[in-house]
Amino acid sequence: MTVDLHLTIVTVFPDLLGTYGDRGNGMVLARRAAWRGIDVSLVEAGSAERLPVADLYCIGGGEDGPQVRAAELLRGDGVLARAVEHGAAVLGVCAGYQLLGRSFPDAGGVPCQGLGLLDVDTVKGPGSRAVGELLAEPSPTTPMLPGGVRLPPLTGFENHAGATTLGRGAAPLARIVRGRGNGGPDRSEGAWSGRVVGTYLHGPVLARNPVLADLLLGWAVGSEDPLAAVDDTEVDTWRAERLAVSTTHRRVRWLPIR
Amino acid sequence: MRVLGTVDHGPEEGRGGPRLGLRSSLAARAVVAANRVVRSARFGQGTVVGGRVGLAIAPDLLRTLSMDRSVALVSGTNGKTTTTRLLAAALGTPGAPGLSSIPPASNVTGANMPEGHVAALCERWSPTAVLEVDESYLGQLVVATDPAVVVLLNLSRDQLDRIAEVRLVAERWRTALDRRNAGGGGGGGVTVVVANADDPLVVWAAEVAPAVVWVGVGQVWDEDSVGCPRCGASLLRAAGKGWRCARCSFARPTPSVWTDGRVLVQEGGVRTAIDLALPGGFNVANAAMAAVGAAVLCEPGAATDRADMTVGCRTALAAMREVGEVGGRFDTLDWRGVAVRRLLAKNPAGWVAMFDLLDEAEERAGSVVLAINARMADGLDTSWLWDVPFERLQDRRVVVATGERARDLAVRLHYAGVDHVTAPDVRAALDYAVGRTRGSGAPHVDFVGNYTAFARFPAAP
Ligand SMILES: [Zn+2]
Repeated sequence: MTVDLHLTIVTVFPDLLGTYGDRGNGMVLARRAAWRGIDVSLVEAGSAERLPVADLYCIGGGEDGPQVRAAELLRGDGVLARAVEHGAAVLGVCAGYQLLGRSFPDAGGVPCQGLGLLDVDTVKGPGSRAVGELLAEPSPTTPMLPGGVRLPPLTGFENHAGATTLGRGAAPLARIVRGRGNGGPDRSEGAWSGRVVGTYLHGPVLARNPVLADLLLGWAVGSEDPLAAVDDTEVDTWRAERLAVSTTHRRVRWLPIR
Repeated sequence: MRVLGTVDHGPEEGRGGPRLGLRSSLAARAVVAANRVVRSARFGQGTVVGGRVGLAIAPDLLRTLSMDRSVALVSGTNGKTTTTRLLAAALGTPGAPGLSSIPPASNVTGANMPEGHVAALCERWSPTAVLEVDESYLGQLVVATDPAVVVLLNLSRDQLDRIAEVRLVAERWRTALDRRNAGGGGGGGVTVVVANADDPLVVWAAEVAPAVVWVGVGQVWDEDSVGCPRCGASLLRAAGKGWRCARCSFARPTPSVWTDGRVLVQEGGVRTAIDLALPGGFNVANAAMAAVGAAVLCEPGAATDRADMTVGCRTALAAMREVGEVGGRFDTLDWRGVAVRRLLAKNPAGWVAMFDLLDEAEERAGSVVLAINARMADGLDTSWLWDVPFERLQDRRVVVATGERARDLAVRLHYAGVDHVTAPDVRAALDYAVGRTRGSGAPHVDFVGNYTAFARFPAAP
């Protein structure tokens, strides 16, 4: 495989949507690209500046107020939507996932307009907040790697109060083994369509799931072939530990602030 | 009632002090008794169970126990245990002018919720009390203890899966101080807030208080105060010029006391050296906040009179030199013939401060052991590791990842380009680092752990 291009990865508004370590997703993508000899730049794009044009965007989790603000900014300049039209890949995590959808709740539960890049709608879930390790198996609808290779199980940490419903235009990313995910009776987690992926998984999700990182990288570089292998020994050891724990560990109650 | 200035009635432990009501004194005795049982049975440090018993018997125990004392509260995300210890040391120096010879009551074990406060106040009577307060309990403590001083250090992200967003904490502080301002507080004296002028979230919370002493001690971590707490626009920062909002008038208040390296500077130019046994620039900041807190508590005019502030700060800083470790932080232990310095870092801001401390050493090639756990007290989600700039350890000779979540850290170090060894067993990790350090000329090994990883440092090799 020869790759002759410059890849730009943008972490979207870490000042608004950066409280859960999700900037790690951009770091993982940039490193994995660089290890393969791809000329790559990683830009952490603050909300005060205009969003740069890029091949791959990562949007992280955050709180209600900043989420509303981020959605307004992204809808306002339209850069992200145009980039997606031109083939850019997008990963949205938690609040970032919700705002990629058609609607999501603000702090008071009032629906806000999302970007509509994923055919999903989110409302405040009926029960307690979902906090804990999450394990999900890929399903027949999960996107595959070049050569029809399926993703391995997804692991991560969820921490949200949303319930997300998928419309006809979006497919589930995976099926829940342990945890809450989208929160519906279909036990689905996350959603995707085209080159846009949304998930509730922190960890960061691409650190925990390097094959998902490579799926996005493959989309961004437009390669039909598998990317070259990199040394994932330490990641594999970590994954094995987390996969074992996620099937046994006791989930906790969210402790509200007094 | 407040007790300021010299107090010379020296009651014996458990006796003197105010006359508590029957219910409260019964409750106070139950607290002490229960905690003694816990300690003698070696169930724990004996600061929580008794407090719980006492609060069950007399829910307003915190208020009654505080009534006759000058209380200082210390809160913030990082440095509150050390600042509390330094402030208590400043107040507890026998013979110091304006100070009581009776050491203050203080929750020295770091039990910083109401059970711990009750336990500290019950152990013995004292005219002053210095209480470390968990950020989310500050409002409750302000109402209950009618404090003479509230020291507010900083606010940044911590324990993502447990504690709500840091901006919400700032908002709650602000509401609590505002309510007190409006007369909703207890005894009616003025509460002086000693606040870090360099932290926008702290300023947002403190600006509503009627009496604030702004202290400029810097901000280690500004990523949680990128936006203006008042209007949401961006905050503009310029080196040496503080910060201001790009849109509204919210800006760094002009401090009346600030630090310049290891010197405390007052408005008007008076300078006092900050000589500490504790290492690190962040402890210079903690000491400055504690000194101003002590000055306000002991010198009634300090909040407005520069000479009083100078005397109070000098006395306090001199007393702080005696503090060499705080609950094991910063102390040095022998591990198979090599000195190991123990450091605690619980969140991204704390880790940045710790990297600054590591960089202060002349011997930068020293070995570093990093220990990560993810128990309830640490936060169960380790995603925060990706907010810590571990890239700063790239040129260290020996980096060892250990603790119950050593694997999480190892992957973070892998992506940060830091050469490292992974040894989940802490003893094995220390053995390895010590082995590589022995005879290398490096002065010591630095052990940095998050909360429970630090607390579970092995007693012996
Ligand atoms: Zn503003």
